[in-house]
Amino acid sequence: MDVLKKVPVREQDAKVRAANFEEVCLGYNKEEAMEEANRCINCKNAQCIKGCPVAINIPGFIEKVKEGDVEAAYQVISEASALPAVCGRVCPQESQCEGKCIRGIKGEPVSIGKLERFVADWAREKGIKPVGPKEKNGKKVAVIGSGPAGLTCAGDLAKMGYEVTIFEALHKPGGVLVYGIPEFRLPKEDVVAKEIENVKSLGVKIETNVVVGKSVTIDELMEEEGFDAVFIGSGAGLPKFMGIPGEQANGVFSANEYLTRSNLMKAFNEESPTPIMRGKKVAVVGGGNVAMDAARTALRLGAEVHIVYRRSEEELPARVEEVHHAKEEGIIFDLLTNPVEILADENGWVCGMKCVRMELGEPDESGRRRPVVKPDSEFVIEADTVIMSLGTSPNPLISSTTTGLETNKWKCIVADEEFGKTSKEGVYAGGDAVTGAATVILAMGAGKAGAKGIDEYLKNKQ
Amino acid sequence: MYKILDARELAANIYLMEVEARRIAKRCQPGQFIIVRTDEEGERIPLTICDYDREKGTVTIVFQTVGAGTQKMAHLKAGDYFHDFVGPLGCESELVNEPEEELKKKSILFVAGGVGTAPVYPQVKWLKEKGVAADVIVGAKTKDLLILEKEMEAVAGKLYVTTDDGSYGRSGMVTQTIKDLVEEGKHYDVCIAIGPMIMMKFVCKLTKELNLPTVVSLNPIMVDGTGMCGACRVTVDGEVKFACVDGPEFDGHKVDFDQAMKRQQMYKTAEGRAALKEEEGDTHHGGCGNCG
Repeated sequence: MDVLKKVPVREQDAKVRAANFEEVCLGYNKEEAMEEANRCINCKNAQCIKGCPVAINIPGFIEKVKEGDVEAAYQVISEASALPAVCGRVCPQESQCEGKCIRGIKGEPVSIGKLERFVADWAREKGIKPVGPKEKNGKKVAVIGSGPAGLTCAGDLAKMGYEVTIFEALHKPGGVLVYGIPEFRLPKEDVVAKEIENVKSLGVKIETNVVVGKSVTIDELMEEEGFDAVFIGSGAGLPKFMGIPGEQANGVFSANEYLTRSNLMKAFNEESPTPIMRGKKVAVVGGGNVAMDAARTALRLGAEVHIVYRRSEEELPARVEEVHHAKEEGIIFDLLTNPVEILADENGWVCGMKCVRMELGEPDESGRRRPVVKPDSEFVIEADTVIMSLGTSPNPLISSTTTGLETNKWKCIVADEEFGKTSKEGVYAGGDAVTGAATVILAMGAGKAGAKGIDEYLKNKQ
Repeated sequence: MYKILDARELAANIYLMEVEARRIAKRCQPGQFIIVRTDEEGERIPLTICDYDREKGTVTIVFQTVGAGTQKMAHLKAGDYFHDFVGPLGCESELVNEPEEELKKKSILFVAGGVGTAPVYPQVKWLKEKGVAADVIVGAKTKDLLILEKEMEAVAGKLYVTTDDGSYGRSGMVTQTIKDLVEEGKHYDVCIAIGPMIMMKFVCKLTKELNLPTVVSLNPIMVDGTGMCGACRVTVDGEVKFACVDGPEFDGHKVDFDQAMKRQQMYKTAEGRAALKEEEGDTHHGGCGNCG
């Protein structure tokens, strides 16, 4: 065994998985996990914990894995995280815990994400649940949105003894974990639904089909339904489009629509009554994780898929693992390419996309080199489907119907980072609703902060 | 789960259901819609609210069977449950927010086509409660497909019924009745037209010539109904709008109907269209998206 390298993780073969929706990564078994755990040198001043937005005691749980006591490892993780099976799969570990691992200086870091996943999967298979509250404190908190921020906040508050109800707009809880991230990256029944069950086992109630701002307002929840505090974790739901000609043609979708059809409505399954466009040649515009998810979904539905991104590979915002998997599966990357018009046939269906070539100029305010158009570089990509994956912004449904709730110019709710406190008394917020589109784990961190803020607020109110 | 308290067939393939949905009944306004799912695997079907009873906590919907989803719905009976029922979605009709004195000064014409009669009803009823009598034109293909005639009569100022085949009331399309009324010397300040896309398109074409401001209610393809998917985008006055959150009602003179009609065909295969036409026979109403 080479201690400088991670114990390799088993994956479905790229050729096989390109045609199915089964999970790509198969995870460690116990022997592999214990072997990998042994690579952890249990640093006194563990940097990995500082890299984790929810501050899991990483060396603590890995020590338990080394000893083979997986149940104890699970309880260590559960103290900090309500969704370990999810995080072990979708966190950008390379820029968080693993990015700070001392092992990574002279070799590969400890595979913390895969170990977390192993522990969570093992606990689920063995039916082990997180430990609930000793007693209830009689205070009611409403959590809006059942995505990663809301579930984390609700789980933490329930453990502190609060009576928590989550309000979810869709018919199924999970938010982006259910409508956004595909089955092959995050299995819905086996992983997401089970972790939500764990949160419910702490006493959290979930009411689906409630669109806060429409079905009920925050003011009504607090004044009429007796909630002492509210956490807003409603995400960033509104898709962005480019505003180029032809974008309303048939066959142009937001990544949100395409993924919601496939993931939430199960349209990848031909039995589903919800249809999805099964294109032959699909162009996905954008370079983030969502773009990779949309591209790999289209590939599995039988298309030749191109990722069209205006910067170079180095700037791709997606996780390295996602880009790697996408390439392995046969996604074609058209980098330094930007669409200027979508072409439609006489019946209004997409038949191509006019693009220009780009080159990188001076760095912009984000520090990335700004792409500039190469003169006279126009060309046409053949496509029958175009998926726009350009990011999302928060839905104004809640902010526009809540008195005294401040938002910024991007319609994001203004909330402090440490406690999620908003401009309205008793109302806390976190996740994409505050930051704009980010990651699952950052939303979970914000959910934790909100739970802490609400606990402080309600304790001091007595 | 949402209990169905009443379920009946109003006309061939057109059904009315009263559903227990307390949160929606408490807050909904004329013009808004709901999304319904029959079962765990069902698709999300958007339907405009036809009536509501705030005390009873119920919402009434009317739908026509156009595909597998609505056919499944049609099989449900009083006492059965919908798996999901969410709303109220979209914006309320503009008239709900107008000051009462202003409304009372206005002469309002509603034009309802086919199953579009259902979403017109709560608006006319709401106006009647405010003491405003609005005129209503209801158009149907044929006598047997006319719905809510008595209900509408009870709340409308004047009700004009027209059938395409002349089997009941006036004869011809709703646009003919609009023309007739105007020629008879009637003056209207605003028109609200709800029905098949093709009807709304031609009503708008006419009212533009008549200089009669017209509001339409669009029902494009949508998934979540909360602004998330963008499937329902329509071009209004050159700008892209999401019907689910910016609408469903828009200034009819500014809607790009041709684009909206093309987008409605997105998931309709040639076979599907043909099958629908055959199945519906004489009652074929354009739901196939092929003949508008």
